[in-house]
Amino acid sequence: MSNHQNQRDDSRASLELSEMTLQSQDTDIATATPTRGQTDRIRTTEAKSQGRLIRERFFRHKGALAGIALLALIFLLAFSSIGFAGLPGWWNKEYDVLAARFNEGRPTLTLWPFSLGEHPFGQDVLGRDYFALTMRGTQTSLIIAFIVGLVAMVIGTTVGAVAGYFRGWTEAFLMRITDVVITIPTVVIAAAVAGIVAKAGIIPFAIFLGLVTWTGLARLVRGEFLSLREKEFVESAKSVGASSVRIIFRHILPNTVGVIIVSTTLAISGAILLETALSYLGLGVTAPDTSLGKAINDNRSALTVRPWLFLWPGAFIIGIALAVNFIGDGLRDAFDPKQTRVKQ
Amino acid sequence: MFYFIAKRSIISFFIMLAATTLMYFLTISSGDPFEDLGETSGPEKAATIAARTAAMNLDVPPIPRYFLWLQDVGHCLVPGGVSCTLGQDRTGAAVLPQLENAMGSTLRLVVVATVLALVLGVVVGIVTAIRQYSTFDYSVTFISFLLFSLPLFWLSTLLKQYLAIDLNTWLANPQFSYATIALIGVVAGVVWAVAVGGDRRRRLVVFGVAAVATALALYLLLVTGWFVDPGLGVVGMLVSAAGVAVLWTALLAGFRRRRVLNAALAAAAVGFLGYLASIPLLEDPNWLAVLALVVVMTAVAYVVAGLVGGPFRAQAAKIGAVIAVSVSLLIVLDRLLQAYPTLSAKAGGRPIPTTGSQSANLEGTFWEINLDYALHLILPTIALTLISFATYTRYTRASQLDVMNQDYIRTARAKGLSERTVLVKHAFRNAMIPITTLMAFDFAGVLGGAVITEQVFGWNGMGKMFVDGIQNVDPGPVMAFFLVVGTAAVLFNMLADIAYAFLDPRITLS
Repeated sequence: MSNHQNQRDDSRASLELSEMTLQSQDTDIATATPTRGQTDRIRTTEAKSQGRLIRERFFRHKGALAGIALLALIFLLAFSSIGFAGLPGWWNKEYDVLAARFNEGRPTLTLWPFSLGEHPFGQDVLGRDYFALTMRGTQTSLIIAFIVGLVAMVIGTTVGAVAGYFRGWTEAFLMRITDVVITIPTVVIAAAVAGIVAKAGIIPFAIFLGLVTWTGLARLVRGEFLSLREKEFVESAKSVGASSVRIIFRHILPNTVGVIIVSTTLAISGAILLETALSYLGLGVTAPDTSLGKAINDNRSALTVRPWLFLWPGAFIIGIALAVNFIGDGLRDAFDPKQTRVKQ
Repeated sequence: MFYFIAKRSIISFFIMLAATTLMYFLTISSGDPFEDLGETSGPEKAATIAARTAAMNLDVPPIPRYFLWLQDVGHCLVPGGVSCTLGQDRTGAAVLPQLENAMGSTLRLVVVATVLALVLGVVVGIVTAIRQYSTFDYSVTFISFLLFSLPLFWLSTLLKQYLAIDLNTWLANPQFSYATIALIGVVAGVVWAVAVGGDRRRRLVVFGVAAVATALALYLLLVTGWFVDPGLGVVGMLVSAAGVAVLWTALLAGFRRRRVLNAALAAAAVGFLGYLASIPLLEDPNWLAVLALVVVMTAVAYVVAGLVGGPFRAQAAKIGAVIAVSVSLLIVLDRLLQAYPTLSAKAGGRPIPTTGSQSANLEGTFWEINLDYALHLILPTIALTLISFATYTRYTRASQLDVMNQDYIRTARAKGLSERTVLVKHAFRNAMIPITTLMAFDFAGVLGGAVITEQVFGWNGMGKMFVDGIQNVDPGPVMAFFLVVGTAAVLFNMLADIAYAFLDPRITLS
């Protein structure tokens, strides 16, 4: 969104920077006389670490900031309203308690004047409070998405790093395994896996989803390793006798962190959509757990008369995925400024 | 080249073999094949269990069972050998006939969605790259992020529940108030103005022209009852053919060479004459006849345009062929639209169907049957296309920007080539190279997406075979589905690599 702004800021910043450098050099020469201590105070440029540059670029990306704000809001709402893991929340209704339907179960949320009412998101067919249910589903979907992202990151990075660094038979073997998994469309392999573990609860379900969605990251990390392992700093690390583990973790991996973070972010937004799609097909989260996809699937038949049962969980799915995607875009720009180069 | 294909085919074969193993064991361990019998009892239960055990070879341990399945697939690979069934499902019926039934509708959906998403995504992606950091670019970026984040099943349900019903109601009595017409005109004007860009004056002019033209066209269509009885008609065809000719010339050759424009118009005339000549021939044809018409028209237009083109024969002939193909597509479209009133009447005045892949027991002409397919395709295709469209737009934009920053583009500009030549000949062609790889990936993704879309729209396609198979713990249909999907994925990846080497001479196949 804010690329244009960024670009202008960038160029202005670099202009200022070069002017300042010139100035400070002048002062350096001018004051290259007895009073040594003064030069340090006059010097106006400051060294910026790589991390700081990335941070600054990221915080200039307005879409990414909006994404962070939205995601934080959703997190806060979902975990504070109905509570989590035994901790109570501020919302007074349970997601699994049946009650009499109030006004056909219509949502009581009004924006102006703002009031939540008895059932802000309405009630489902059985009279359960749909706000509590949606919050519960949001919790589940978020937990699943983050675990999937984490597992995919760990496996993808390890496989990619080992294959890219050691090459030879190891690489051939690992990459053929990646090819095998990649041949099966994600929805298909995830559906098959979901059949095995979905009944065991959401955590095993999420871990298994992570076990089948690491392939893209493995390929990217391997590509990075292939080029980095030929660099001089790896050569010099080898020459002073650093072990392979040390070279991989201390010397190469920090250089691939951008690729890893960006694709993990995108894997998380993919996982939200994957989990909800599987739950919608009836292959994902099973009762008594609920998720955003399951909520929509459960109320599929009541759609024409009670559209809010469909719209609210959908809005939360889109909100989460959109926020994560924007954060991913901001991170990509921050780690890889080449991509936002202006054309002539 | 041959060595590369042979090597890749052998590797692909083993990858597929490993993938089927993985998929097979995942499927059979995903549950209890007798789960649905839990609540029944009595002799029927025992009989069903016995029948299922026999059909699914449940009395054989898993690993030999996998080899039994492999053997069934092997029968299909040996030409003229034993009967090819791809195994049995749990009721004991052969899988292959089911797959053949299911494949048609799914492939139709996937191919149409991929082609549409590719064309739209590439066009919009190129425009956003050329107009980088414009309002248009920002809007498209935001829309593609939104589309990326849309759950496919949610979008499909929304389309089914709202768009289809409202559209059907509107089509029964297609009228707009003047205010609505004006509003649509204004929206179209804004879109065009933002897309074309330029300074304020130019944007205002574009806005005015586009708004008035859209509103006027819409008004004329409504007044003439076009939405009740659509079609291009003789005049419409003449105008469209000329328009197509001018458009392609503008894009591929520019107007500096008069002879090329004349050749393009001659090709359009050939197309129009072909249209007139084909009116009696295309009452109730088959695909072969339609294809023959396209081929003949293209050949004639190629020759005629080449002759008119004079010194620019090669360029003119190519453009002529492109125009002839476009005009024949218009003819097909016109014919399909003409079949609309009768088909709509047969559908009881609700022409946009929300379930199934075709109307049951539809009797009609070639055009009616195909229009019926097309109308069933509308909603699922919109859903699948929108999501792929986002991917294609983003990748095309990135790729085009990357190319526009290359030195050879600066060289092309520096030696004084027109902007059109730089964009179309030097930038576009090179920007398309990475898209071939994306297409290979996306096709498999769309096939996966079809599983969800088919579920929402109640299609009896391959996706339903798969979902039912997983739910019943029935490996026969699941593996049949996977054989098609996996082979497509492997094949498309190989084709993408070959295409890559053809398009980018720096890459050699080895």
